[in-house]
Amino acid sequence: MWITPASDSSLFFGFGNEISLDAHRRVIALFHAIQQLHDARIRNLHPAYASLLIDFDPFRLTHEELESIVAPLLSRPLPPSPELAPALEIPVCYDGDFAPDLTSVARHTSLTAEQVIALHSGGDYFVYFLGFSPGFAYLGGVPRPLHVPRLASPRKLVSAGAVGLAGGQTGIYPHDSPGGWQLIGRTPLGMFVPSDDPPSRLQPGDRVRFRRITRDEFDRLASEQGSLDDSRH
Amino acid sequence: MIHVIKPGLLTTIQDLGRIGFAHFGLSPAGAADSLSFRIANLLLGNKSNTPAFEITLLGPTLEFETAALIAISGSRTSASLPINEPFPVAAGTRVTTGSLVDGARAYLAIRGGLTIPRVMNSCSTYLRAGIGGLEGRALRAGDQIASGKQTAGPTCRLEPARAASLQLRHGPMRVTAGLQYDWFGQEAVQRFQQQAFTVRDDSNRSGLRLQGEPVLPAQNRELLTEGVALGAVQIPADGQPIILFVDQQTTGGYPKIANVVAADLWRVGQLRPRDEVRFSFVKIPEAIELLRLQEQALRTAFAP
Repeated sequence: MWITPASDSSLFFGFGNEISLDAHRRVIALFHAIQQLHDARIRNLHPAYASLLIDFDPFRLTHEELESIVAPLLSRPLPPSPELAPALEIPVCYDGDFAPDLTSVARHTSLTAEQVIALHSGGDYFVYFLGFSPGFAYLGGVPRPLHVPRLASPRKLVSAGAVGLAGGQTGIYPHDSPGGWQLIGRTPLGMFVPSDDPPSRLQPGDRVRFRRITRDEFDRLASEQGSLDDSRH
Repeated sequence: MIHVIKPGLLTTIQDLGRIGFAHFGLSPAGAADSLSFRIANLLLGNKSNTPAFEITLLGPTLEFETAALIAISGSRTSASLPINEPFPVAAGTRVTTGSLVDGARAYLAIRGGLTIPRVMNSCSTYLRAGIGGLEGRALRAGDQIASGKQTAGPTCRLEPARAASLQLRHGPMRVTAGLQYDWFGQEAVQRFQQQAFTVRDDSNRSGLRLQGEPVLPAQNRELLTEGVALGAVQIPADGQPIILFVDQQTTGGYPKIANVVAADLWRVGQLRPRDEVRFSFVKIPEAIELLRLQEQALRTAFAP
């Protein structure tokens, strides 16, 4: 691994140059350990596939001091692998207009649409990190056959809750936004609710499983979710 | 109550930003020129993190239902409103700022602040997530904002000479080496440092897009998406630099040749489309010293 300043107020911890579970476990272990310090001099943590960027208050901390704070955390034994953590269940409806790219994903993978759904909802995923937009989780662990390219031209508008595939990843769009991932379903759950603590349903290092639901169940959960949102206001 | 008569081009409510949520994909948002934002508040005796209006290029017309004491810092306004000194506004007065004449942003602060709910510990408008400020969006005509009742200390004014030295925007933007500095050969680094780039029209709070002679890495390499720091200067495939700014994405996959020093980030907030930008590399200790001197000058300027 390597440690290097990224700016006058941030320090970068690199654990590898490729996406790997091993590197990611180290990232998450360090991320959690630093969170537990509750050190107000550390302002922001940016975990990614194989690195952690730490943004700090340059009036109260130097790169050297931060490195000496973090060094003992790096030598700690790694916590259990993510396969052992309990999985969060995300209900997904793979029907009709929720899955505009299901047919093309099936064609690309030489599978039937049913097989694509079975594969996608059959395995466990883990949250590499959140980025792109608030609450957007990059999930790894996509079965090989479901590795599909991004859309040649991104959609101008992807609906909140849309579940997409790109490369070896799957993810859920938390807001209406542009997006280039191939969409195969939609969840009725709100993925990012600013008034919640934490505001994001998924956190770096979480394990996730998708549960296939019908359109009826989607509508029911969506309306429950809606009344829940209303009760918050 | 403050009534928005005309919203201006992009007027938002900001404070010093939303810290501690980058791992959820949230950049800090906050005042683009945090130095002028702090000055506007300090002039009024407000705490420096008190929410205020951020004005972009073309300012709003605001009607003050009750008398208020306000201050503007940052760019000068075409309406020639006083700058860097508090001025009273009588009840029922409309304040029209007009367009900004020598920078991209100005801050209009009100003694006592604004009554804005905090979302995730901040009042800053974060347009990408639609949170903070007024319903997570820019002001619209017809909006009403309640002025705040925060306790404020004595007011003061900033001498023009002192303001000029504190808010000096001449000279190259100072940068430290970016995480992928070594990917760029000597020629590319020279090209980056020796030319004047032009700020493109499609620049915003997420990033300043620059135009110039392309700066390209020595060889094509794939970068695994990683965290990006505020002020990172990333180089996409076309070789045209982008300065990642307050509303930026928290992770990115383009190589970063440089990173704007913390002491110059406020200057990024004053860049207008078609402005020229030059860069000059400094070492980290120098960057820290620049920041320390800036803070010292600010404290001295507002010392009781």
